[in-house]
Amino acid sequence: MGTKVNSAAAGTANYVDERTSIGGFVKFFARKLFPDHWSFMLGEIALYSFIILLISGVFLTAFFVPSMETVHYDGAFATMHGVEMTKAFESTLYTSFEVPGGLLIRQIHHWSALLFLAAIMTHMCRVFFTGAFRKPRELNWLVGFTLMILGLAAGFTGYSLPDDVLSGNGLRIVDGVIKSIPLIGSYTSYWMFGGEFPGTALIPRVFTAHVLLVPALILALVGLHLFLVFLHKHTQYPGGGKTHKNVVGLPLFPVYTAKAGGFFFVVFGIVALMAAVFTINPVWNYGPYDPSPVSAGTQPDWYILFVDGALRLMPGWLFGLPMEWELWGYTLSWNILIPAVIVPGLFFGFIALYPWIEAWATGDKGEKHVLDRPRNVPVRTGIGVATIVFYVILVLEGSNDIVANMFHLSLNDLTIFFQWAIFILPPIAFWITKRICLGLQRKDRELVLHGHESGTIVRHENGEYIEVHTPLDEQEVWLRVNYDNRKPLEIEPEFNELGVRRPGYKWDRRKQKLSRFFYEERVEPVSWEEYQEALHHHDHGPSAEGKAEGAEADEADARLTEEWEKVEDEQASEK
Amino acid sequence: MNALAKKRHHKAAPLFLVLALLALITMGAAIAAPSATATAEASADDVAAGERLFAANCASCHGLDAEGQDGVAPSLVGVGAAAVDFQVGTGRMPMQASGPQAPAKPVQFEQEEINQLAAWVASLGAGPAIPTAEQVDPSLGDAANGMEVFRTNCAMCHGSIGGGGALTQGKFAPSVLDTTPTHIYEAMLTGPQSMPVFNDANITPEHKRDVIAYLAAQQDGSPGGLSLGAIGPVSEGMWAWLVLLGLIIASTVWVGARSS
Repeated sequence: MGTKVNSAAAGTANYVDERTSIGGFVKFFARKLFPDHWSFMLGEIALYSFIILLISGVFLTAFFVPSMETVHYDGAFATMHGVEMTKAFESTLYTSFEVPGGLLIRQIHHWSALLFLAAIMTHMCRVFFTGAFRKPRELNWLVGFTLMILGLAAGFTGYSLPDDVLSGNGLRIVDGVIKSIPLIGSYTSYWMFGGEFPGTALIPRVFTAHVLLVPALILALVGLHLFLVFLHKHTQYPGGGKTHKNVVGLPLFPVYTAKAGGFFFVVFGIVALMAAVFTINPVWNYGPYDPSPVSAGTQPDWYILFVDGALRLMPGWLFGLPMEWELWGYTLSWNILIPAVIVPGLFFGFIALYPWIEAWATGDKGEKHVLDRPRNVPVRTGIGVATIVFYVILVLEGSNDIVANMFHLSLNDLTIFFQWAIFILPPIAFWITKRICLGLQRKDRELVLHGHESGTIVRHENGEYIEVHTPLDEQEVWLRVNYDNRKPLEIEPEFNELGVRRPGYKWDRRKQKLSRFFYEERVEPVSWEEYQEALHHHDHGPSAEGKAEGAEADEADARLTEEWEKVEDEQASEK
Repeated sequence: MNALAKKRHHKAAPLFLVLALLALITMGAAIAAPSATATAEASADDVAAGERLFAANCASCHGLDAEGQDGVAPSLVGVGAAAVDFQVGTGRMPMQASGPQAPAKPVQFEQEEINQLAAWVASLGAGPAIPTAEQVDPSLGDAANGMEVFRTNCAMCHGSIGGGGALTQGKFAPSVLDTTPTHIYEAMLTGPQSMPVFNDANITPEHKRDVIAYLAAQQDGSPGGLSLGAIGPVSEGMWAWLVLLGLIIASTVWVGARSS
């Protein structure tokens, strides 16, 4: 029986291979190596939630009617009887209450949308803090960044489709933001909504964007993103035997294919469980869109909260100056333009361009395949934490009414607190993080040079007490000494030997300033000489007790020496 | 003396009057009987008992004559029995501590005592009465119309289905999901604390009952499962991060765990 199945499978495979030559590709992919770490699966969560979105989305399009024609509801949900609503809203209620399993699929779709963006951002944080965006992966960072923006677009268009009070109010804010843009604002708004907000054209247009345009772009870019991962090979965490020139891991087949395939069902299962137990976006509570009511707790889905937060944070008057200007009969709304257009623009621009900013400061042209431990790049880690703090403040301000109510605080005081915090807390977070990183680096040096504290106190003959330290094993040492030792850039002098000013000097000087900001304060990794000296220092005391003994220790020592010198040579040759 | 005047002074007139009054009282009692708690006939004894309760529990702020004190407590002349039944019946009064607003807390009095207090305050000046059971019966209301009335008049503070929301300076619109129909009606009628008064010209008694029907429909629970507080996308987002992504990341650690 078994052989029959096997030969049938082999026969089919052969049939396909003879006609497509696919065997080579399968072999190539099956043997592709991947390093192992749970944090490498964060991007996978994003991919899987996108697949869940596609599957559940196809189901929903079968019942959703993207039309703003109005009808009077006579369906199954009692508290909506006779209420006037658009077909879009009516069909959402129909899907929820009359299609078997419809509400479950709607909730699966919405929960996985929230998960999709949460996973993307967590994945971005992993890539950022480990320096996985460095050469050759800068372009893939940009692809991933674009995917995040498209994810926001997909989420927001989906949030707008049911045409309930909540989504309509969200669109009202978008309309206001667009209108705040000088010169083109009003025209753009009229063009988008097909006239004055809300009009009757928007839902079909948003529908096309949501089910066709945005998912197609996401799908294409996901393909490119994964292709580039294959092309560059996956990065790996630092450790014994891992260099910028190899990949240490397992082949894709069979272990990873099984793990990744199984993991899809784990993700789908957890999303389905959430959807079965918890209500999400109860449009039947909000009711059909009507421009007049706005209920308490009117907020966008979490990933847009930061824009809402920025809008709530912005004062209408600043230092006695109104933030809304009248110029030659036109209104210029700084109070919308700054928080909703300029700040997010700068914020996202900074995130998108970060790999180039850092490369500029580092001046290193080598390919980097071993990840950084966040402590080893204190300024980058500090910038990352400051960015997260900035973002979280905006999200909390976007939820200020909920936060005030939950914690019995004054809404007004909370907003004033955040107005100061947005300027004060990110720099403090940067400074604290940087100091913690430098401290951890010093601790690493200490460990390499002096070993682990063993807790054993020994008394010498002369009465002196010392604590015995156990030397680190070679893997532990490797992790703590083998990292890129980045230094501030050194530039050529301003004047040459003839006293003539060098043309590129000003530019170089700026680059050097940035580089100094990044790498001026740093902790040097332990050098080979220092390590040797520390070993000899320990050898003459009783602390040598804990060391590996005899030939085994010598062998390990020799191997470490060899690797160490190789790495130091490589780093020297790259400079 | 002409005929008309003679008739007026008919010997039996006082008797007829007394009989008619008795009939009215009996009929009124019969109508009010189902809501024995709310609208039991206020006797002179009740009023007197209410005055004693008031003097012992409320007068330190509102004054012995209930005319209030500037900056401490408002005058209660003319607030009516409905206001007393709401404020005392939800535990808001007597106030425990001064703050942005008086929160609901465990009720301090028996319903009978509340009725006595209400009777005394109502005797000080005309004001809204405690609604009858029929006025607040959710089964007689139209929930769909209640939804429209609620979201136009109430949702901007209390949230789309009454889960509550924040107001300025630490004040808040409480959740009305567990509030009794009578108290909801009284709140609309009397506008306690920061809440505006929705008198019968603003929202008719029928529409008030529709609102009660809409809120009562929320007692059936959300069709989609647990409601996460019914306060909108912020709590959904928090659950997406902490529970959904949390569970999945925990499972990545499990899937990724391998002796490498």
